[in-house]
Amino acid sequence: MTHPVATLAPEDAVQKLKYYQKGTFTVGNRLVAEAERSVQASRDRSNALTCGHRACQGCGEALGARYAIDAAMRATNNSLIAVNATGCLEVFTTPYPETSWQLPWLHSLFGNAAAVATGVAAAMRVKKRNEVRVIAQGGDGGTTDIGFQCLSGMFERNDDVLYICYDNEGYMNTGVQRSSATPPAARTATTPAVGPEPGNVFGTGKSVPRIAVAHNIPYVATATVADLHDLERKVTRAMGIHGARYIQIDVPCPLGWGAASQDTIRLARLAVECGLYPIFEAEHGKVTAVRKIRRQVPVTEYLKLQRRFAHLFKGDHEDPRVARLQAICDANIADYGLVDAASEDA
Amino acid sequence: MFQVRIHGRGGQGVVTGAEMLSIAAFFEGRHAQAFPSFGSERTGAPVVAFCRIADREIRLREPVLDPDCLIVQDATLFKVVDVFAGLRNDGHLLVNSNKSFAELRIGEAVNRLPKGHAVIVPATEFALKHVGRPVPNAALLGAFAALTQFVHIDSVKRAIEEAFPGKVGAANIAAAMEAYAFVLSQQQAASAA
Amino acid sequence: MLKQIEGSHAMAEAIALCRPEVVCAYPITPQTHIVEGLGELVKKGDLVNCEYINVESEFAALSVAIGASAAGARAYTATASQGLLFMMEAVYNASGLGLPIVMTLGNRAIGAPINIWNDHSDAMSVRDSGWLQLFAETNQEAVDLHIQAFKIAEELSMPVMVCVDGFILTHAMERIDLPDQATVDAYLPPYDPVQVLDPASPISIGAMVGPDAFTEVRFLAHYKQTQALGLIPELAREFAERFGREAGGLLRSYRSEDADLVVVAMGSVCGTIKDTIDEMRDDGIRIGLVTIVSFRPFPVEALRFALAGARDVIIVEKSIAVGMGGQLADNVGAALRNLPRPPRLHSAVAGLGGRPITRASLHQLFRQATVQPWEGTHFLDLNERVVGREIHRKRKSRRSGPTAENILRQLAIASGLPAAE
Repeated sequence: MTHPVATLAPEDAVQKLKYYQKGTFTVGNRLVAEAERSVQASRDRSNALTCGHRACQGCGEALGARYAIDAAMRATNNSLIAVNATGCLEVFTTPYPETSWQLPWLHSLFGNAAAVATGVAAAMRVKKRNEVRVIAQGGDGGTTDIGFQCLSGMFERNDDVLYICYDNEGYMNTGVQRSSATPPAARTATTPAVGPEPGNVFGTGKSVPRIAVAHNIPYVATATVADLHDLERKVTRAMGIHGARYIQIDVPCPLGWGAASQDTIRLARLAVECGLYPIFEAEHGKVTAVRKIRRQVPVTEYLKLQRRFAHLFKGDHEDPRVARLQAICDANIADYGLVDAASEDA
Repeated sequence: MFQVRIHGRGGQGVVTGAEMLSIAAFFEGRHAQAFPSFGSERTGAPVVAFCRIADREIRLREPVLDPDCLIVQDATLFKVVDVFAGLRNDGHLLVNSNKSFAELRIGEAVNRLPKGHAVIVPATEFALKHVGRPVPNAALLGAFAALTQFVHIDSVKRAIEEAFPGKVGAANIAAAMEAYAFVLSQQQAASAA
Repeated sequence: MLKQIEGSHAMAEAIALCRPEVVCAYPITPQTHIVEGLGELVKKGDLVNCEYINVESEFAALSVAIGASAAGARAYTATASQGLLFMMEAVYNASGLGLPIVMTLGNRAIGAPINIWNDHSDAMSVRDSGWLQLFAETNQEAVDLHIQAFKIAEELSMPVMVCVDGFILTHAMERIDLPDQATVDAYLPPYDPVQVLDPASPISIGAMVGPDAFTEVRFLAHYKQTQALGLIPELAREFAERFGREAGGLLRSYRSEDADLVVVAMGSVCGTIKDTIDEMRDDGIRIGLVTIVSFRPFPVEALRFALAGARDVIIVEKSIAVGMGGQLADNVGAALRNLPRPPRLHSAVAGLGGRPITRASLHQLFRQATVQPWEGTHFLDLNERVVGREIHRKRKSRRSGPTAENILRQLAIASGLPAAE
């Protein structure tokens, strides 16, 4: 029921404007203060991974790499060298005879990115070019499996390298094979959805972020393309630290996961919100911060969008392994404290 | 070219002994090559090391098959290894022991050599006395200098110093000097007899 | 300055004189003393402006060197045998990328069966990789070749492997003349890269190359080694002028000008062969030696010239391509075919797994070559009885057991020692 205008108090006579976008995850947001804007929102960004690369539509890795590297470039005043493992990123960014990299970039082998980066960092040290920083990057295959030895060596020596792992949970470039980062029950070409236990086996797999934490290195973080501000912030923070650092980014792969190419960010958000992909930071062996789940969702909401889990939903009753996956989520939530007793909306 | 073969057991300084001998020759301006028999390292296992000394470049790389001088640092090896293989008829024999050749049952091999070419030295005793450790290699080098007159004792002393600086070196030199004097007196006694 | 010094320590000092900027160290017999020596020089402050990195495997060792070299630093590492195989992927990567890394290979046999002693099988396993391979005959040459290697590598922009016989050279103490820093500096200027990672001028290195360009890239790598055939002797000449002694080059001859019978070999065995040749010459036999220093690139022209007058050529080598024969013999044969009057070739394999090569055996071998020539590959000092027994055992029963252990047991029985259970 409206009051006559004449009787409204002055403060009530002015309609308060609410800027909805300020509190969202939108990265192109120019309504926030300049200091809080994303690097990508700036025209002055280095565009180190520029357009023209050959990534699939909806590629999470291209998205993550673009944000991560430009953030690192800004943090280092464009004094950055990148070493890339063999994999999707390397292949789609350097289709001979072109390259989409606008920073010094080296691709050596599949399993040695961490070691090669160590060498580059050593060269910069010996040449007394301390302003030049080094990033090693690769997919989960090149990091958690074949690159694991070199990664652990780099961690153990505390070499001044930031290693970024773009985790799309499989060897995608070679046709979607299983890696030690592939979640249980997922279908891949080497864990096909046939037989009594279709998909990837439970009780396998490793968490390289946790292993990185166990190395007591100065900085470890997981990140997601569902929160690109956070990703940029973490990369920026990492570049402010010297020594071995590790960031693992959840980057959905529409092709490998059997998902719609427009669902990439949505999937990444669901992976966080169901608890399957804990987002946290750690320093010198201790977890220092976690990203709380705003609204916990059941794991099925995440799984149902991906054909790599479709075999879990055939037939009349739910495959018992869905419950096991839910149990993994619940365990993560408990371990990391991802859900507060009384959770607030952001 | 003069070829020396040293037999001993791992931990007795056999390789260092060969190296010190080569250093002694080096100080005299000669070419010398010292190398071990490259077995797996194990304390107590039989070990062989070689040293060649010449006045021109040494090109040969085979093990010393026909030594001019055989040094046996550990007398228990006689039963285990064919120590005498290839020892030249005019060669020298230097054995580290308290026993006699007869007691060691190597009289036959000794008798094949010219008189005065074979000698027993209680090198471990000298080492224990001066250095406090049962490593006879330095003492045996002193004995070698006396027995063969092939390197000068002063070169041996410098080589020991080079390998073991400070007090340890001085102690080893003392052991070497006592062994040197011991062998010289043995030879004087033998030639007087 | 003349020193009585262990080969590996001399090499460490020589490498230090070359002012390496990044040294990667991973231990493996028989090269370990080299990287230990370098580590000590860095830690004591004798070798400055050098990052010494203890890596977790040989694969990491060469990978770190790759990163360092691509970023403009003079990089060095060392390995042998199993370690070389473990870094094999990186070996091809380094040469494919054209990075002037220098690596010492302490030649050692490759297992199974595991064997820590010297032979050339490790060097042979990478002969197609595009790395230059230089073999040292003496520890003096090992020292000198490392100095030349850095210069050759950087001028060519290709990695160079200096091969030194494990134990025989690495662990031998001998008289070596170590040059002074000023002379090395005059010979070897600072590394000026052909390609370099630099934020001021970004480039992408390591792209995928498809069918449309791969052949050309490989041709250019092959062409580079052809250029090396000219560069190696040129830099060896410059070395001789500055340092006052001969070392390196493609190959050298010893008493072969008027020889009917010429031996061809590589590495330290050449010293023993020279002594054998002198003895046979005293007996009136016209025999000589060609020592190959540069195995890759293979000195085809120089070898044809050196062997043109020979009636018989005996190749003595410390490796075998199982199922085919000696690799060196194969390469020599390829070099000499199409000569108007090619010499007869005799292939001998010797010294495998560290078996000593003696003058006595060589005497017999060299005489046999002309008097009783053999077909195919002759294994010097093969214990035919043992081999015969094992072949017979295998024929008799399917579950004949592991070959190596059977042979060791036979040898233990023969020597009268108690056989292991």
